[in-house]
Formats: sequence, C-alpha cells, structure tokens
Amino acid sequence: MALHEGALRVKMLFCCRTLHKFASFSGARSLSKHVSSQSVSPKPPEVADDHLIYTQEHFALKEALRKLIDQEINPYVDQWEAEGTFPAHKVFKILGNAGFLGVNKPVEYGGLGLDFSYSVAVAEELGSIRCGGIPMAIGVQSDMATPALARFGSDELKKEFLRPSIMGDKVACLGVSEVGAGSDVSSIKTKAVRKGDEYVISGGKMWTTNGTQADWMCLLANTSDGPPHKNKSLICLPMNLPGVHVARKINKIGMWSSDTAEVFFDDVRVPCKNVIGQEGLGFTYQMLQFQEERLWAVANIVTTMDSIIQETISYTRQRKVFQQPVLYHQAVHFRLAELQTEVELLRSLLYRATAMYIKGNDVTKLASMAKLKGGRLARELSDSCLQYWGGMGFTSDVPVSRFYRDSRLMSIGAGADEVMLGIICKYMDTLPRK
Amino acid sequence: MSGRVLVGVKRVIDYAVKIRVKPDNTGVVTDGVKHSMNPFCEIAVEEAVKLKEKKLVKEVVAVSCGPQQSQETIRTALAMGADRGIHVEVSGNDYETLGPLQVSKIMAALAKKEDAQIIILGKQAIDDDCNQTGQMTAALLDWPQGTFASEVTLDGDKIKVVREIDGGLETIKINTPAVLTADLRLNTPRYATLPNIMKAKKKKIANVKPADLGVNLTSKLEVLRVEDPPQRQAGMKVETVEDLVGKLKESGKV
Repeated sequence: MALHEGALRVKMLFCCRTLHKFASFSGARSLSKHVSSQSVSPKPPEVADDHLIYTQEHFALKEALRKLIDQEINPYVDQWEAEGTFPAHKVFKILGNAGFLGVNKPVEYGGLGLDFSYSVAVAEELGSIRCGGIPMAIGVQSDMATPALARFGSDELKKEFLRPSIMGDKVACLGVSEVGAGSDVSSIKTKAVRKGDEYVISGGKMWTTNGTQADWMCLLANTSDGPPHKNKSLICLPMNLPGVHVARKINKIGMWSSDTAEVFFDDVRVPCKNVIGQEGLGFTYQMLQFQEERLWAVANIVTTMDSIIQETISYTRQRKVFQQPVLYHQAVHFRLAELQTEVELLRSLLYRATAMYIKGNDVTKLASMAKLKGGRLARELSDSCLQYWGGMGFTSDVPVSRFYRDSRLMSIGAGADEVMLGIICKYMDTLPRK
Repeated sequence: MSGRVLVGVKRVIDYAVKIRVKPDNTGVVTDGVKHSMNPFCEIAVEEAVKLKEKKLVKEVVAVSCGPQQSQETIRTALAMGADRGIHVEVSGNDYETLGPLQVSKIMAALAKKEDAQIIILGKQAIDDDCNQTGQMTAALLDWPQGTFASEVTLDGDKIKVVREIDGGLETIKINTPAVLTADLRLNTPRYATLPNIMKAKKKKIANVKPADLGVNLTSKLEVLRVEDPPQRQAGMKVETVEDLVGKLKESGKV
C-alpha cells in the first residue's frame, strides 16, 4: 500500500513535470533572457519587496495553495468535468483545513482577518486550476455567499452558517438571480412573508452555483411591499428544509465541473432570526460586496489567461506548418504579444484597484472597468489562441477549448458587461439626466 | 535529553523547472529560476513536526546553508510547524562550491552547539543527487545512522528505523543521538496552512556564519564541465526478429 502510494507520488512528480511546464505561478513578469528562450517553465518569482501589493506572506500563501491544487484538485479536473460535478464537501474541507476559505473573514469565526489583497492572491492562484468551474464554486463559497453574513449577521447566525462555511464543513450557495431577473436584481419575485416567528418563502432561484450540493443558501427575497431597493432581505436558508426543491442541474456550454441548479421554494418556513442584519437592507448589503466579487473574478482570470498564452506558445512552437513552427509566423507571435500586453494592463488595473480598496477607498468604477475588460479580453484571447491550435483547438482534448467555453461566462455572470458599462457611465455622468 | 531535533532543509531549483545548462558549461542556470524546498527535506520536516505533535520531542529547529534566499526555505519549514530556524550564511563562490562534506561539518557543529538529540535530513537533494550529507554527518559525530527511512518509531532512548533497500525493507534499531535520512514513503508532507504561514512570521531565524562554527568551506572538488545529456536519437523499426538480432550485432550492442 505504501509502495503504491509512493509510486503514485513519484508518478505525480513526473506528471507534474509536464503539467507545470505550462502553469504560470504568480503575476511575475521579470523574465530573464535565459528564461524567455525556454519553451515553458513556471514563471520566476518576483522579489517580494518590488511587488505593488504582495509581501513575502502573499507569496508563501500562493505557494502553499499551489501545492494543494497540484495534489488535490488538478489531477481530478478532467474526471469532474466529464462527470458534470465535483465533490464540493471534500474539496472545500481540504481548502478549509488549510485556511483558504476564510482569508478575509473574522478571526472569531475561524477566518484569518487579513485584508482583501490576500483574497486577491488566493483568487490569482486558483487560476492555476485547469478549468473555470472549480474556482467559480470556491469563489461563491468564500467571497459571494458569505461576505454579507460576515459583516452584518448576528453572532448566532455566524456560528451556525459562517463558521462551518469557513471550515469547509458546510457548502454554501448564493440565491439572488431568478429565471426572470438577473441583471435587474430589484425585480426578483421570490417572497418571504412574515407569519409570526417565521418567514414563509415562495418562489425560485436560478443559476445557483453549488446548488445541488449546498447545505445552506444566502437567499435574497422580498420581505415587504415597499420600494424595490428597500424591501428585500438576505436570509440564511438551510437547504434541507421541507419545501426546498432542487429542480434540476442545468446543462451549460462550459463550467461543466460546477453544478448549477434551479431551485424552487414551496412555502418554506424559516425562523425570522435567520435574516442577516436588518430586514429591508438586503439589496444594499448585496451591492456592497460587488467590488470584491468583481476584482476576485478578474484576479482569477488573469492567471488563466497567462497559462493559455503559454500553452499556445508551447503548442505552436512544436507544430510545424509550411516547414516551420506555427509560432515563427509573424502574425502568430505578434498577436500573442498583443494579447499578453492586454493581460498585463488588466493585471495592473487589478493591483491598482486592490491597493486603493485595502486603504478604504471606493473602487466601484475601477472594479467595474476591470470586470468589463476581463470578460471581453478572455473572449478575445480564447478565440485568437484557439485559432492557432487549428483542428486540435476544436477538440475536447486540449485546455484552450475548455477555456474558450468556460471564459464566455465572464461577460455574463457576476454582473453582465452591460451592467458594468452602466456603472461606469454613471461615474462618468453620461447617463441621460432625469 | 534535550528533546531537540535538527532538520536540514535545502533550497533547490523547483522540480517542475526545465533545467538549462549555462552557455559556458560551468553549471546550470539559477538566476531568475523558481526555487523551492527539496522534496525530501519537506518529508524530513514533516517527520520532525509529527514527532513533536506526538510529544516525543520538544523542539524542531530548521537549518539551511546558503544565501539570503535560503531564509524563505526556512520560513516554509516554520510554516509547517518547526519552532525556530538557523540560517548559516554561505554566498558567492563559497555557495557555488558548497557540497555535502562542508554541510555535514556545519550540521555536526550545530548538533553539538544545540545539543540535538536527532538530526533528520532528506535522503538526497534533487539537484546534485549526492545522498551523502546524512551519512557524513553521522560519521563526523560518531552517531548511528538510519538512512532511507520509510518508517521511524521512537522507543525510549532507541529508534526503530525501517529502511528501503534494494532487496526490500530492512528494520534496524539504533541508539540516540542519531542521524536519520528521509525517503519518499516516510510520510506525506502537510500543506503549510494559511494560519501557520502567518504565525511563521513571528518565529525566529538566527544568523550564523560557518567560521563561527569553526568550519572551513574550502572545497576539495572542482567542477570541470557540465553538459546536457546526449540528445535522444531516433529509433529504427525492423520487420522480423532476425532483423532485430542482426541490427543489434551490427551496432555492437550484442
């Protein structure tokens, strides 16, 4: 048994030799001329002192997370993508044990109480997972379903829902979008009608990441009849209550390893004390965390974009067309240079917004710009790179085709491009005046 | 009995990096290349921390010999659970020529200075593959050695070591103080968890110079040349077994 495990580990080492040739490891750009002439290798580490927002601890964090991903996640990605789901409880427990699910959450509930730059470091490193579904699922657990609870929830609620989510014992999901309401959050229809000590919930939610496996949902529902931005509340909803129906797992063109559910609520009864913070402020609470969500998504995708460029370079260097490597044709290496330039610009915007945010500034405009650019660049990049893979790019056997499918979501989810544009225009004061 | 364990950790080029020979053939390219803790040293640290968690030893001290960057390797050991670190500063030409003999002299000196009960090292480093430091350290100290350990059990003032040898597994019992070297299957190193990475910031790393330990770093070895392994030649297909035998005889292999 020990010998078998050992053999597996040695095999891992050798597999990793090929796997990691293609993986980038941090946002480092300082390529010496020796390294740049290599085919692919993990990027050399930037000196901690020179980095805009990262210290030695950030780099140590990324290394530790990277090891965890290499051993516990990446070897299974292909299988999970094929199965259309991943074992959330198992993976979240591993991450929770290592402290990666509560980086910026309060220490009293098992978090680390670190600032958002550490969350960004985690998000960046999660980009080395070889699909988009798993990082997305982790992001929901750590930075979408839990921030409002951490900030505004009662001590009792935090003990019941926040602590186990940080530890990785309970899987969380976020119930905001509905079949008829995505970008227009204020027009959701799910109702939570107060009856004595309880709310009776009816309605449904759509696009619920982790929905088929979640133990609880952070649910946004209408709790009164007032104006649409002031009549909603966030409720901690256990998913095993009678009346909660996970209707179906949605088949999507990408993010296959992440289970996405449509959920219905049939007169579900939940105690009133499960409301996070104040009744009626749910919409506001949800809006507050969007800056973080958006920067998180950008951090995640810049690492992946780096990998795809590197893998494309690797592929086109060895694939010959008309007697020379595809890469040697100027159209190809020039285009990759253009794309890499854009990735660097986006990365700079990410670090700038993060640096300002941790100092207490409102970075809504920059975060929205970064999200907008992230979604669009990912589409452009995946499309251009896929072209250079030729027929192979069209197969399921290569990373670029998975990225092409997975990355398309970024312009839609967590705030569609159009919503981002609206926010930016608001800050530019170019929207039609009333 | 001090209950103190010394663990040697070496900073090496990361196992996933594609190694490049320097154009002047004097060595390999290390500038700007990703480095990490030698995998066998990780296993050694893990074993030491496990012993401490079982309360069989009292303190785990991580030691690394090298330039400033070796401190990062020590910090990783601290994040895995070592209590404090010792950084033996070796840089420049001394570092280029640093080998197992000098390191084992340093380890022996530190073992005496720190009153160590056990020294645990990785069985070999993945850059030079020497597999000598543990054995030399034990010889210099006149301590027993349990090398290629795949299982370690403390038994009073003795240690039972199961060793991986060519023929299978060998079990020996040695007295303490002793030197152990870790083989692949000894354990699976833990991830440095985030809380421990943060705590490691506060742990102390002492700075020591080899001269302070009375160690002369002059190397008795000189590297003449470093080369790439020969390029793999294309294979040949044959139709029949007779052809195969014929070709083998032709090329002088048979």
